[in-house]
Amino acid sequence: MRAIVRLAAWLYAIAIYGFIFLPVVVLVLFSLQATSFPIPPFTGPSLRWYQAVLSDARLTSALVNSLLVAVLSSLASVTLGFLSAWGFARFVLPGSAFLRGLITLPLTVSYLIIGMGLLVLFNWAGVPKSLVAAGIGHVVINLPLCFAIIYSQMGDHQINIERAARDLGAAEWKVLLMITVPVMAPAIFAGFFLSMTFSWDEFVISFLLTRFETTLPVEIWNLLRSGLNPKTNAVGSLVFAVSIVLVVFFELTLLRRKPA
Amino acid sequence: MSVSGSNSRALPWALVTPALAWTLLFFVLPFIAMGFSSLTAHEGGGFTSANYSQFFIDPSYWRAMVNSLEVTAIVTVISILLAYPFAWILAEMVPERWQRLALMLAVLPFWTSYVVRSYSWLLVLAQNGVINRALTGIGVIGEPLQLANTRLATVTGFVHFFVMLLTLTIFANLKQLSPSYRKAAADLGAGPVRTFLHVVLPLTLPGIMVGAFLTFVLCIGDYITPQILGGNNELVMPQLVMMQIGRRGDFPLASALSIILMAVVTIAYLACARWLKIERA
Repeated sequence: MRAIVRLAAWLYAIAIYGFIFLPVVVLVLFSLQATSFPIPPFTGPSLRWYQAVLSDARLTSALVNSLLVAVLSSLASVTLGFLSAWGFARFVLPGSAFLRGLITLPLTVSYLIIGMGLLVLFNWAGVPKSLVAAGIGHVVINLPLCFAIIYSQMGDHQINIERAARDLGAAEWKVLLMITVPVMAPAIFAGFFLSMTFSWDEFVISFLLTRFETTLPVEIWNLLRSGLNPKTNAVGSLVFAVSIVLVVFFELTLLRRKPA
Repeated sequence: MSVSGSNSRALPWALVTPALAWTLLFFVLPFIAMGFSSLTAHEGGGFTSANYSQFFIDPSYWRAMVNSLEVTAIVTVISILLAYPFAWILAEMVPERWQRLALMLAVLPFWTSYVVRSYSWLLVLAQNGVINRALTGIGVIGEPLQLANTRLATVTGFVHFFVMLLTLTIFANLKQLSPSYRKAAADLGAGPVRTFLHVVLPLTLPGIMVGAFLTFVLCIGDYITPQILGGNNELVMPQLVMMQIGRRGDFPLASALSIILMAVVTIAYLACARWLKIERA
């Protein structure tokens, strides 16, 4: 009886793994298709569609745009998030709970509605659609995340280190740069990394707020209009590969240090 | 906490003001703008409540909300039912040293681009895609099934995403559970089934509710999956919102529909929060 239950459990786990990996395997496999349709039978392997992606100026410039927006918006998010987290954690401010709630509020609203709001506002204010507009939207979604992560990691023992530095005569900016930032580095890095991945993958805000120059997810979306196409598979596989590298890097650098 | 130095009053505000200003300027203000916009007429301007009444009068708009709620409910229930046993197997049956790897593998496709993930399901479900080819190949069906551009496709795409998400949250929940609870139940003579039903399940229920709420919010607000996999046969609310902007440039109606969608999410949140509190008491 026990053996049967165990067997059923393993079969179930394998079935779920199969379900989870099915679309990814199909995506990557047919990105290597030699013919023009990413459907069975498999005719590869061939790298022609990767070549097509890398020689497509629209896709490569969208990739550069995506990286630019991701890095800059994440830097802005983590800077604003860190400064406000420090302010709220170290000083008693009137209405602190309310203001903290205000900063984290965007986390509860869907990207579509945040994008819509910015679209209506920018349209009314005469701000043209651009990568900057999309970047502003990305800071709106990532700032609360950075704030929440960093704020939750500001514990009492760090206050004591800061106090020690102040007692020894360090100016406030010196405490910030030489004590708080290094001590909070893991949380700051985690906030930055998460912001990068969310910005890198964000579609609907960029879709609403950019026009000619746009980000990679929007450009991939435009590719989808041509139906099933191995080129889409290839660019999708490349994006996947980049994310995996980032995740493994994150796992090895940040999470492994924790037990030490 | 008092801080030495003459700038002790100004400094804290200098730290928190940029973040607050950003939130007010690019989150609160757009919201107010959207509220105003939703109360103006698309043609000719002027205040009107027509954008809201249109939602309640026009049955196709109403239908989109019902579709959204139905799809979200189905996705939430199926995802939890699939993810819970999976997370349990990972937490209880996989040896400790392999758990991290097993979990990382289970959420690996989480890191593909969201748009690409939906597209990948299209490859699997298309008329001449993998499933139809496989089924016709082994002779189960004569004609390919219509799998893409259906509610089934939307639900499949969503469930794929949320099974990964919920596996993560439920796994974390199960690991936080102290083993002494189960030992106590076993000592008192409860079998594994009874221990699970009366001890483990109730203790992980708050975590499941949080996961369910997260699923609800992300699912009901998503445009990508229904648009790519469901197509235009059966619209959900986000598709309806995008349609007003894309085809007709009707910002007021799109604003009104967005606010209605957000109101529904808020109601769900309030209902959920109350339920959670009762659970904890």
